[in-house]
Amino acid sequence: MRVFRDTWLIFERSLVLSLRSPVWVIMGILQPILYLLLFGPLLTNIAKMPGFPPGGAFNVFVPGLLVMTALYGSAFVGFGLCDEMREGVVERMTVTPMSRVAMLVGRSLRDVVLLLTQGLILVLLAVPFGLEINVGGAAVAFAMLALIGLMMSPVSYTLALVLKSEDSLAPVVNGVAVPLLLLSGVMLPMSLAPDWLQTVATFNPLYHAVAAIRALFNASYGDPEILFGVGLLVALAVITIGFGARTFSRAAA
Amino acid sequence: MRRGDVPGRDATMSGSASTQPIIETAGLRRTFRGRGGAVEAVAGVDLRVGAGDIFGFLGPNGAGKTTTLRILATLLPPTAGTARVAGFDVARQAREVRTRIGYVAQAGGSYREATGREELVIQGRLFGMGKAEAAVRAAEILDALGLTDAADRTCATYSGGMRRRLNIGIGMVHRPALLFLDEPTTGLDPQARARLWEEIRKLRETGATVFLTTHYLEEADALCDRLAIIDHGRIVAEGSPSELKREIAGDVLTIGVNGHGDEVVKLLTAQPFVREAGLEDGLVRLYVDRGEEAVPAVLRLLDASGLAPSTMNLHRPSLDDVFLKKTGRSLRESAA
Repeated sequence: MRVFRDTWLIFERSLVLSLRSPVWVIMGILQPILYLLLFGPLLTNIAKMPGFPPGGAFNVFVPGLLVMTALYGSAFVGFGLCDEMREGVVERMTVTPMSRVAMLVGRSLRDVVLLLTQGLILVLLAVPFGLEINVGGAAVAFAMLALIGLMMSPVSYTLALVLKSEDSLAPVVNGVAVPLLLLSGVMLPMSLAPDWLQTVATFNPLYHAVAAIRALFNASYGDPEILFGVGLLVALAVITIGFGARTFSRAAA
Repeated sequence: MRRGDVPGRDATMSGSASTQPIIETAGLRRTFRGRGGAVEAVAGVDLRVGAGDIFGFLGPNGAGKTTTLRILATLLPPTAGTARVAGFDVARQAREVRTRIGYVAQAGGSYREATGREELVIQGRLFGMGKAEAAVRAAEILDALGLTDAADRTCATYSGGMRRRLNIGIGMVHRPALLFLDEPTTGLDPQARARLWEEIRKLRETGATVFLTTHYLEEADALCDRLAIIDHGRIVAEGSPSELKREIAGDVLTIGVNGHGDEVVKLLTAQPFVREAGLEDGLVRLYVDRGEEAVPAVLRLLDASGLAPSTMNLHRPSLDDVFLKKTGRSLRESAA
């Protein structure tokens, strides 16, 4: 199948290029690590407050940082595409018989591999702080991080393809990513928030992702948030990939 | 049956003009809607390009060259009209067209963080080649373009000329019958430009057709077998460079007239040996049959009328004269 072969080719190329100048990969993980080192210790006292979810400060905090890493590793990938467009790479590949879907999915899969690697580094760094890991739960949690990437990368690439320049892309991506992050309970659990804010947050898919990943790190496998979060992310990823694939096919018919 | 009666002999003998054209357009139009209303970038282009030629599309910036090229390369659907490239319709059979053409955009196409070899290999792979085949083809092209030593360096380290050669190489990976080059030498120094011309001529020797856009007169003249001159989205002249220049019969005489332009034009237009006279940038431009006889005659006439010229310059018509005659403007100024 052409689409699988081309997806692999684009994935491979993108990954090689990313690893050749890994500055973005490092930048992407730097911020979560700073939060872990400089903000995490503050939480050990707050964790004793009423309303703080169970499981210890780092088991509450690290799932949020993982979601943050996944969001940073996918929401801003469109900038790289703008760069490739400016150098004529996208146009040159458009005038080949290659699959248009592969242009989108190949790059998105690269983003997933990178953000999972970043997540793994983060988790390993958090263990000395007191993060408790159970392998089964962590595996499902990482699958959810992959889904966040598959949901957000196509959005970023599609916006980049339409808007064409970093200058137009930046405000749009920030306008989406910042509220998503603030309303997900990444820093502090949303259970500390006033009612109206909690209500708004329930419309944020990342809020459910954070809740599900916290449950997974606490081995609370019966928590309904897990099934709901996975289902929601799968549905959204299907929608954004589908919509993105359509846009790529049309823009580069 | 005598040899001359063999059917189809004429077609094979008379060259590119009567063989199946590799590009054929009819009434090609493209309109862009912007804030200031609709802009017709391509306003009815009819083109026939014969296989095996280096075909130049000459015109000032904004004339519609790149838009036409992008339509022919399947990147932009036409608003109206049809275009057949390599035997297929660009709008309805884009896939068939794409397997048969190479396209090198003005933006280039190679990524600065990839190596030359990587770019050639992935291009071959995207055209369906296997790993080994793509590697062999990449090495072949690197060798032909003199880039073997730079093959495993990233494109960011290439000089302007090397990068252009690589981009053309990327466009040639799948051995297309037709290669589109958008402004291939813009911004290159004369030495790199000459080298690139050489590479483009080599492509013709392999039987490929090259369709390039340019706003350089010397490039069109030196490199192209046939030319179309485009202005405001319309083709204003078409032919080989020498045919086009021959259209401007005779010689061109430019006369500096110290501000008496209108009087001089009036006086000279009335002379039987003058085909056409006009004013361009304060210089009188005279089209005459025999320049060497016209010079003393003009001199005598102007002296007698007290309109002594400050300068006189006789030259064979250039493509700029062709452009000037067709559009009323000089391409040198339009391009500046």
